[in-house]
Amino acid sequence: MTHRGSRVLRVGSLARVEGEGALHLRVHNGRVEEARLQIYEPPRFFEAFLRGRSYTEPPDITARVCGICPVAYQMSACQAIEDACGVTVDRPIRDLRRLLYCGEWIESHALHIYLLHAPDFLGCDSAVDLARTDRTAVQRGLRLKQAGNALLTQLGGRAIHPVNVRLGGFHRTPTSAELRPLAEQLRRAAEDARKTVRWVAGFDFPDAVVDADFLALASPSTYAIEGGTPTRLRADGTLTTFPLPSFLDHVREAQVPHSTALHSRLDGRRHLTGPLARYAISGNLLSPAALEAAREAGLGPECRNPYRSVLVRAVEVVYAVDEALRIIDAYEPPPRPYVDVPPVEATGHGATEAPRGLLYHRYRLDAEGTVTDAQLVPPTAQNQGAIEDDLVRSVQTAITDHDASDHELTHLCERLIRNHDPCISCATHFLDLTVERT
Amino acid sequence: MTAPTLAVFKLASCDGCQLTLLDCEDELLALAEKVEIAHFPEASSALRPGPYDLALVEGSVTTPADAERVQEIRAQSRFLVTIGACATAGGIQALRNFSDVEEFTRTVYARPDYIDTLATSTPVSAHVDVDFELRGCPIDRGQLLEVITAFLAGRKPDVPNHSVCFECKRRGTVCVTVAHGTPCLGPVTHAGCGAICPAYGRGCYGCFGPSGSVNLPALIPLLHRDGMDDRDTERFLRTFNAAAFAKERQP
Repeated sequence: MTHRGSRVLRVGSLARVEGEGALHLRVHNGRVEEARLQIYEPPRFFEAFLRGRSYTEPPDITARVCGICPVAYQMSACQAIEDACGVTVDRPIRDLRRLLYCGEWIESHALHIYLLHAPDFLGCDSAVDLARTDRTAVQRGLRLKQAGNALLTQLGGRAIHPVNVRLGGFHRTPTSAELRPLAEQLRRAAEDARKTVRWVAGFDFPDAVVDADFLALASPSTYAIEGGTPTRLRADGTLTTFPLPSFLDHVREAQVPHSTALHSRLDGRRHLTGPLARYAISGNLLSPAALEAAREAGLGPECRNPYRSVLVRAVEVVYAVDEALRIIDAYEPPPRPYVDVPPVEATGHGATEAPRGLLYHRYRLDAEGTVTDAQLVPPTAQNQGAIEDDLVRSVQTAITDHDASDHELTHLCERLIRNHDPCISCATHFLDLTVERT
Repeated sequence: MTAPTLAVFKLASCDGCQLTLLDCEDELLALAEKVEIAHFPEASSALRPGPYDLALVEGSVTTPADAERVQEIRAQSRFLVTIGACATAGGIQALRNFSDVEEFTRTVYARPDYIDTLATSTPVSAHVDVDFELRGCPIDRGQLLEVITAFLAGRKPDVPNHSVCFECKRRGTVCVTVAHGTPCLGPVTHAGCGAICPAYGRGCYGCFGPSGSVNLPALIPLLHRDGMDDRDTERFLRTFNAAAFAKERQP
C-alpha cells in the first residue's frame, strides 16, 4: 500500500455477476482519466467452431454461450437461420417461443433482483445472508424464480440449455392440459411479482444518470421480446430505427487490448441495451398491471438512473408473468410442432431481447446448409462502453466530493457494474480493482 | 461442531452448472444451514480464504493462468468435485483440440496477439486429482444434491454409470430409434438427465458424455442406417463432450 496520491492497489473480487472481470482505474491529479473494465473470461471461440457445423445446430450450440440466458441464444439463432432460409413461423409457434422466453425473463430477472442485486441495497453479502434478516423476501424471490424455471422445464425440457427448441419451432408442443398447472403457479407468481416491485421500490437509490443512447428492439403492438426492429433513443429524445440486416453497419465491434470481450459502438456513440432501454422505448406497451406497478413505484415514462434498473426489471417480471398467462389462456396446440426449414445459400439476421439486452446473430449458409460464417453480438459487449463511462463519472464524483478511499471506490464500482447485470460469461467473476494514481 | 465449508470455482464455462446450485430453489436455504458457503463469487461477495472441505469446480482449463489456478484450487480443497461437461471433458470449447487454435483466434479477434490461450481445452482431471466427476451439459440438479448430500453423510454418491436407454425405459418413452429411425446417442450416453430428449421427440445428443461401458463402434452403423453420413456422425459425436467421445472411438 502506498500513498494515496500515486498508488496501485488490488482489492476484492467482483462477485454476484456472471463471469470474470477486473477493473482498472487511472486517476491523475484527482481526475479519473480512464476506467477499464477488463474482461478476462477465457475466450471460447464460438464464432470459429460454428463454421462447418450444420445450420440445424446453432440453437443448441450457442445456448452454451450462457447458462443464464440460453433461450435468448436459441431464439436469436433460430430467427437468423430462418431469416436466411426465407421461412416465417406461424403465430401459434411464435406465441410458444414468446412463452418460453417469458420463462427465461422471469427466472433470470428474479435471479438478478434477489440473489445478485438486492444484497447491494440492503447491506448484505448474499441472498443467504439476507435470508437471516428477511427470509420471507428471499423465499418470495426463489418462488418467483421457480415459476420461471417451471415454464422453461415444461416447454424446453429443462431450465438450463433447453432441448426442445429447433429450427421452425419445437420438437414437441405441449398439450393444453400440460400448460394448465403452470397457469396456477403463474397466478401465484403474479402476486409475488407485484410484491417484488413494492419491495424494490423501498430501496434507497443514489442519484445517477446515464447519458448513453438507448438501443432496444421495438414492435408496433407489443413489448418486444422475441423480435422487432432495432430502435435507438437518444438522450435528447430523438427516436430512430434501422433495419436488422444493417445491424453490423451501425453497431461496430472493436477489440481493445484489456479485454477478451469486444467493445461496440452505435454509430460511433456509446450505447446501452437492456431493461432501461426497453422500458424507455416500449414502456407504453406494458400490460395494465405492469404499468400500474411502474406508476406506483414512481417510475416515469423513462428512467436513466442505473441504480433503478432493478426496479425496471421488477416491472418487467410483472409483465412477463402477465404475458405468459395471456399466452397460456389463449393456447391451442398448433397442427404441427414446427415448420420445415430447407437450407438456402444466404445470409440471415436474428435479434431478440435477452434479459440483459439486445442479442444479435448473423449466419452465412451454403446451399447444403453448412454454416460458413457466424457473428454473435451479446448485450454485455455492447454495454461495456456505457458501463465504463458510468464508472468514470461516478468515481470522479466520489473523489471530488469526499476523496473516497479505495475501499469505498471498490464497493461503489461493484455496485455500478451490478446495476447493469453484465453477463461476463457472454462477453466474463472477480473484480480486481486497480487504482493507478499519478 | 462447525459446518463444512463449500467453495465454487469457475474456469472456462457458461456458468450453467453453478447456476444449477442456485436453481435448487426448494433446497437452497436448507443447504445453506448444512454447509458454510465460504467461496461462491456468483452468489456472494463474502469470499473467505481456504482451505475448503468441498470444492465444486466448473469449467475447463484453457489458459496458462487457469492451469496454475487449478493447482491452487486442488491444494486448498479437501474434496474436489468437477461439475459439468467442461470440467469433466473439456466442454464445447474442446472443439479447438481438433483444430488450429491460432486460426480460431484469428477468426474471432482482429488482434489475436492480445489473446492468451492454450491450444487445448482440457478437463480438470488432466491437471490434478479429482475426487468425483459429475457429468452433464448442464449437470442435473438431483444429481448435484445427491453428491452434496453424500459428501455430508460421508458416503459415496449414488450416481449410476449406465446409459440414457435405462432412463428412457424407466420413463416409459418409446425408443425413438426403433420406432422412428431417429439417430440417438442414448445407448452410449451417461445417464443423469432423465432422458429428456427422447421424451420430447428427438434423439439424445450426448450432453452427459460416454457412459460407463460403451461400444461406440457398434452404434455408428446404426447412425448410418438412420441417414447420417460420416460427416454428420462426426459432428454428432463432436459437440459438448467432443474429447470424451473421441477417446471412446479410439480402438
